[in-house]
Amino acid sequence: MLSIINLYLVKLFSKGCDILKKQEYIEYVEKRAKRSPILKNCFFAFTVGGTICIIGQLLIDLYTYLGINKEDSGTLTSITLIFTSCLLTGLGVFDNIARVAGAGTLVPITGFANAVSSQAIDTKSEGYVLGVGAKIFTIAGPVIVYAVLSGTLYGVIYYICTLIWG
Amino acid sequence: MKNPIITLKNQPKISASYSVVGHLEKEGPLGNLFDEYSDNDKFGKDTWEKAESEMQLRAVKGAIKRSGLNEYEIDLLLAGDLLNQCVSSSYAITNFDIPYLGIYGACSTCAEGLGLGACLCDSKIIDSCCAVTSSHYCSSERQFRFPLEYGGQRTPTAQWTATGSGAFVIGNEGKTKVTEVLFGKAIDKGITDINNMGAAMAPSAIDTIVRYFTNSEHSPDYFDKIITGDLGFEGSEILKDLLLGNGIDITKNHMDCGLMLFDKEKQDVHAGGSGCGCSAVVMAADIIPKLESGELKNVLFLGTGALMSPMTLFQGGSIPAICHLVHLSSE
Repeated sequence: MLSIINLYLVKLFSKGCDILKKQEYIEYVEKRAKRSPILKNCFFAFTVGGTICIIGQLLIDLYTYLGINKEDSGTLTSITLIFTSCLLTGLGVFDNIARVAGAGTLVPITGFANAVSSQAIDTKSEGYVLGVGAKIFTIAGPVIVYAVLSGTLYGVIYYICTLIWG
Repeated sequence: MKNPIITLKNQPKISASYSVVGHLEKEGPLGNLFDEYSDNDKFGKDTWEKAESEMQLRAVKGAIKRSGLNEYEIDLLLAGDLLNQCVSSSYAITNFDIPYLGIYGACSTCAEGLGLGACLCDSKIIDSCCAVTSSHYCSSERQFRFPLEYGGQRTPTAQWTATGSGAFVIGNEGKTKVTEVLFGKAIDKGITDINNMGAAMAPSAIDTIVRYFTNSEHSPDYFDKIITGDLGFEGSEILKDLLLGNGIDITKNHMDCGLMLFDKEKQDVHAGGSGCGCSAVVMAADIIPKLESGELKNVLFLGTGALMSPMTLFQGGSIPAICHLVHLSSE
């Protein structure tokens, strides 16, 4: 008798669990999961990202002031920002800034530099060929691939347009 | 119908436990209880993977020494971790002259090892064994997420892989008995978010708990603590909420290893700790000693694990999870 009751209970409860249908559960989880603090994140992304841009502008002004032409000043500024990001990544500071800044450090050229250098540091233990060489672009790779692809596509469209409208 | 709960008639004992942790765990609420720690998480090694092996090595050595047994008296080593092919365990275990079974259950590995070891000892196939698991934040992060120095933001439901290793010697001597074991089923409720593993694992814990209490003579109140490892904040809330809906109230005595190991507010670990090492060190350093001293009489330990790989996730797969239950009691 007891086993029959037990069996009934098991069925009842397993049904209780099965009521947890996949779709319903996914919706339940999504509804209750705490969202990232978007306003706060936006604020820090804006301020930090903006600060990086101001630093960039100041660098351009500095290089122009030193007598370098405008185009070369831009290139030098990019190089300075990339170098600084890589250095901060190596010193273990960059990820702490990025934890607060989010898109503020990710979107400018700093994020790209960090994605490449952090991967290089990480894979060094597997050697310079199979580690660093093979895996350095694991995170930044998609950006390069699709940047080249969209650049090519834009070039083709531009070329066709110039053929038609001269 | 056959009762799925395995009752261990000979009641094997946990003779000794030993814990090794990283610096963040040392700074956490349980910091003073751990046996060993490393300031820089490297344990004197040059790679994170070797550091993880070193933790296991130290944990096994410590546990065997504390149990009073000699190495040759241990019949079997049950070891597992999170890395591909369980390499941390394999390399650590080469230092011992003991037969070895590699086990994998993600974060449930500690409960799996304890349960399996206790069953083997209970059946008298072996006299004693050592169960050990580990996880390392740095080696796991590399394998499952991003490079360590990568600047990204985590979502509030993300969990932090604990750096630590816990080892347990199971045998005939000791004050902590393993009385019941219930192995879990792999459950997949369609969660695909790697940053919400608590939600992926909660259904498996619900399944195991419901199966346990429908087949057991005990009610949730019988237990001093019902400890899940490691659902984190999000998973624990889901578990308690949905179990209440099933008529099982564990809100009074539920604890989660992921929430015990770290200070959620101060340590910036978001939803709490995770990883094989998380529940292992909490059990080894906090719960087992309390059972030995008699402060706790009956404890249900539920190890939960998310059984996915980054590749299946990229392919759009969801996260299956498992939950093994071990009933520990104090003599």
